[in-house]
This record gives sequence, C-alpha cells and structure tokens, in this order.
Amino acid sequence: MQELLVISGKGGTGKTSLAAAFAVLARDKVLVDCDVDAADLHLLLRPQIQSSNEFWGMPKAFINAEDCNKCGLCQEACRFGAIEDYHVNPHLCEGCGVCSRLCPAGAVVMRDHLAGYWYVAHTPYGPMVHAQLGIAEDNSGKLVTVVRQAGRELARERGLNLIIIDGPPGIGCPVIAALSGVSLALVVTEPTVAGHHDLERIMQLAGHFRVPVEVCINKFDLAPAKSREIEEYCRAQGVEVISKIPFDEEVAWAVSRGVPLVQPRGGSRGGAARAVRSLWEKLAERLDVLARRPGH
Amino acid sequence: MRVAVASGKGGTGKTTIAVNLALALEGKVPVRFLDCDVEEPNAHLFLKPTFDHERVVSIPVPDVEEAKCTVCKKCGEVCAFNAIAVAGGKVVTFPELCHGCGACARFCPSQAIRERSHRIGILATGRAGSVTFVQGKMDVGTPLAPPLIKAVKKEMGSEEAVIIDAPPGTSCPVVTSVDGSDFCLLVTEPTPFGLHDLKLAVGMVRELGIPCGVIVNRATLGDFHVERYCYEEGIPVLLKIPFDRRYAACYSQGDCLVKVYPEWVPVFADLWRQVERMVKRGARALGNQR
Repeated sequence: MQELLVISGKGGTGKTSLAAAFAVLARDKVLVDCDVDAADLHLLLRPQIQSSNEFWGMPKAFINAEDCNKCGLCQEACRFGAIEDYHVNPHLCEGCGVCSRLCPAGAVVMRDHLAGYWYVAHTPYGPMVHAQLGIAEDNSGKLVTVVRQAGRELARERGLNLIIIDGPPGIGCPVIAALSGVSLALVVTEPTVAGHHDLERIMQLAGHFRVPVEVCINKFDLAPAKSREIEEYCRAQGVEVISKIPFDEEVAWAVSRGVPLVQPRGGSRGGAARAVRSLWEKLAERLDVLARRPGH
Repeated sequence: MRVAVASGKGGTGKTTIAVNLALALEGKVPVRFLDCDVEEPNAHLFLKPTFDHERVVSIPVPDVEEAKCTVCKKCGEVCAFNAIAVAGGKVVTFPELCHGCGACARFCPSQAIRERSHRIGILATGRAGSVTFVQGKMDVGTPLAPPLIKAVKKEMGSEEAVIIDAPPGTSCPVVTSVDGSDFCLLVTEPTPFGLHDLKLAVGMVRELGIPCGVIVNRATLGDFHVERYCYEEGIPVLLKIPFDRRYAACYSQGDCLVKVYPEWVPVFADLWRQVERMVKRGARALGNQR
C-alpha cells in the first residue's frame, strides 16, 4: 500500500485543488484529508458520510469550587498559565494533570474532552476519511494520526493500494503526523518569496523524516523569474521540479462551483487542467518505481 | 490597540494585510509587529528588518540521573504525553513529545529527574524602519509551536499600534496568537474554501470574545457568498482587494503594495481608523453577538 501526501508549508498554494484532481484521475484509492483544522477537500468531493466517530483529545482540568480550599498550589505548579483565581482556562490547559495530582483537597479533576469528529464517507471517486477538529482545540497531530490510521484500515479492507492525503499547512505537529512514513510527498509551491522560503523549510522537514519528495510550482507564470529561482534551488537539492502549472482562472471557477478541475474523461482542456493531468501521470510512474524498490 | 490578522484558510493574504497595515501606519504612530506564524514566518521577507537581538527559546525536558533512578516507572505513569517511559530496564525520554509540564521531575520519588533546556526555536527582535519587529522561528522538526508563540507575545510592548500576524487554521497555535487582542481581522477569499474556513475562524474569535471584521482578498476571483454570510452574521466587511496580476507580481518579489502603489496607503490607514472606532465603541456588538 502506498501513501501520497500533498503538502506545501505555505498555505493556499493549491494543495486541496490538486488532491481533488488526483482523486478524480487515480484508480483504486482511498482519500484522506489530514488538514483537520480547516478541512476543505469535502467541499469538492461531496462525501456522503457513512460513519461519524468521536475524537477525544487530552483531558482538561476542572476545579470543583466547593472542594477548593484556595491554597494556590495548582496555580503555582501549572506551567501553561492555565489556572487563574482557582479557575481553569480550558484553552490554555494542556491536560498534563500536575494540578490534579498535587491538589491536597482533591478538588481538581481531569475531565474527558470531546475535541472533534472524524468521518468515513463515500464519494463518487472512492472512499474518504476526513475530520473536523473542534474550534480552538489542540491535539491536531493526534487527530491526523487517527485519520491516517482509519484510511489505512479502509484501504486494507477494500483491497485498495493507494492513499491520497491532503496535508495541512505549516511544519508543526499536524504536518509531522501527516508526513512520517508516507511513500511520497508532493510539495506544492508558488513563485513568491514566501512560497520559496516555506518550500525550503518543508523540504528540510521531509529530509528529516527521509520521505522522498517531488516539487511542483503552481501559478508559475505569475512570476516566471521567481519560478526559475525555485527550480534552481530544487536542482541544487537534487530534485527536478516535476511540473509547472499555469495560472488559470478556470481553477478558481471550478472551486467556486465546488467541483474538481478535471474529469475522468473529457473535461477541461485549459492550461491548468492539462498540466495537472500530465503531473498525475508522472506521479503515478514515480509511485510505481517506488513500489518496485527493494525493501518496500 | 492590539490587532491580530488571522484566517482559517492559509494563503489568503494575512501577511500582505499585516505588513501593509504596518507600513501605512509607520511614521504616524509607533508600530510594533509580531510575527506569530512561527512555523512559516514570512513577514520579514516583506518588511526586511535588521535584527539586533536573537535568543534561543527552549522548553524544559527531563534529564534522568541513572545512578539515582530506581526504575519505579512513576515518571511514565505521570506523563500525559508519552514523552518518558521505561524500556529495557531503563528510562528513555522523547524530548520532541514533551510539553515541559514538569510532572516527571516533580513526582519522581527518588529525585532522579532534573530538567534541562531543549531548544525549539529562535526569537528575534529588530527594526524595520521605525517599526519594531519581533518574530519566532521554529526549528524544523519541532512539533510544538505554542511555547514559541508565547515567547513572541511576551515581547508585546505598549506601542499605539501592535499588529499580530497569526498562523492559518483555528486550533491551538492560532488561539495562542490571537488571544488577548482588541480586534481580529479575518482575511479570506471569495471561494467555498474561503467561506468554509472563514466560518471556523469566526467561531474561534467568538469563542475568545474578540470582535472581528473581514477582509476579502482577490475579491474579483470568486462569488458573493462570503459577503452574504458576513451580512447575515452582522460582521463588517472592512476592505476588498481585487485580484490584479500586477499585485501578484509585486507580492511574489517581496514588495509591498503600499510601497509600489502608494494609493493604497490611505486605504490601509483608514482600515486602522475603522478598527479603532469599532474598538472604542466597545465593538463587541459587531461581529460578536452570538
């Protein structure tokens, strides 16, 4: 079984639009949305939810006012500044439980905390797993791990050999959870100073986890000189830019209508759509080569 | 006044708004800029500050003194983050999972655990023109952003204008960045992605009790659903920026809109005045009534 992760470092470079296009073009796969913070893939793939599952985050401390003798030990010991005036701020509490263990009056209890939901769904393009982390919650990395695990189980169950993962932005906890152990990461960047800067950091991160990387530049023609700079940087890293996708208003139009840019047969002949099709062919080849590698 | 610039969706133009706002106010009022997107800090690419002070930010992680350790497993039991455990007859630690709560050291019955500093990133302060600039830059491979964001926010200062550039999303790093602000500007784009993630971001600022207003970027590439939503929710749309290949080219090189197209200076200065008026009016009624 192979996992292809679409990732970017910088947000808004086109991860989800590309992941949705691959969902249309690839055969026999499971789709997984690991951007659990602001999941968007479902807006294009229109899943019908088959099962909805609770995600329990770290427990949160709670002080029973009746039992509290206001000794202040908890407040002093909390490293996260989550306790003030004998009251826990749930946004700051990380669930370590030090306060609860210390409290001489037994007034601090750790309460289980429902932090979000994850879903198994059916789409016209295959089964899909996605999630919604509750607003202002932590533990996104944990939920990413849960969603990936569910995706793998679904793939095994249905005998599907490929998992396409839409990744979160950034390089922190949810990204690390999405990246570790995938077969291939496609980094989507844009020809801007910020795109280039963030590309370097996400490539370092992929290197750190020994994940093979391909790079594509989206909207490359909005700044051709910057695109060349990024190509040179990648070459110096031993990576050829696999695809350059032109800016095409059709992409925004497709997103606005809530449909993927490409269709299995026929569909758009626009510049972006053509580039995306050929990108998918190259990725499929690359995945084939990786699958045949000894030790896989 | 502290104004955070956030968005649910990434790449909508948070940094563009934040840096142009800072430049439009520069010279008129004292400005401090905090880049809280410590995973991918980008504001420095546009404001091009010179940093005069850098320091390492660390969290405390356990350091086990084997001679004192009785392998009682208490540390593994009290750690909520699986960052310390007994394996093969000795204690092993995983600093990258540690939140620095100190439970292991505190509850070790034989005082075998001390804490040492584990580096997570760099805090840098400097100046860009007359703007005081602060940024956090997380080390690649480090999972935990909030402790570094908290370090950036400790450099708050009392300037008349404090601008906070937040990371994308709606979870803990964003909450840590936005919390304590007087107002939050939510930057979005007029697409179903933008609208979906805007709703999450509005939910977040309401949860925190912070008044908000919306900025629609690339306003000409999409539909009207974002504005309709804002109207229905009573959230003011404070600014719309059209898509323009010239603006895209300017951004791609690290140039700022207000520098290349000075006609935008009064627009951003006015944006600040609008926010100021709303905050003064106790704008909690605006965009935050539910």
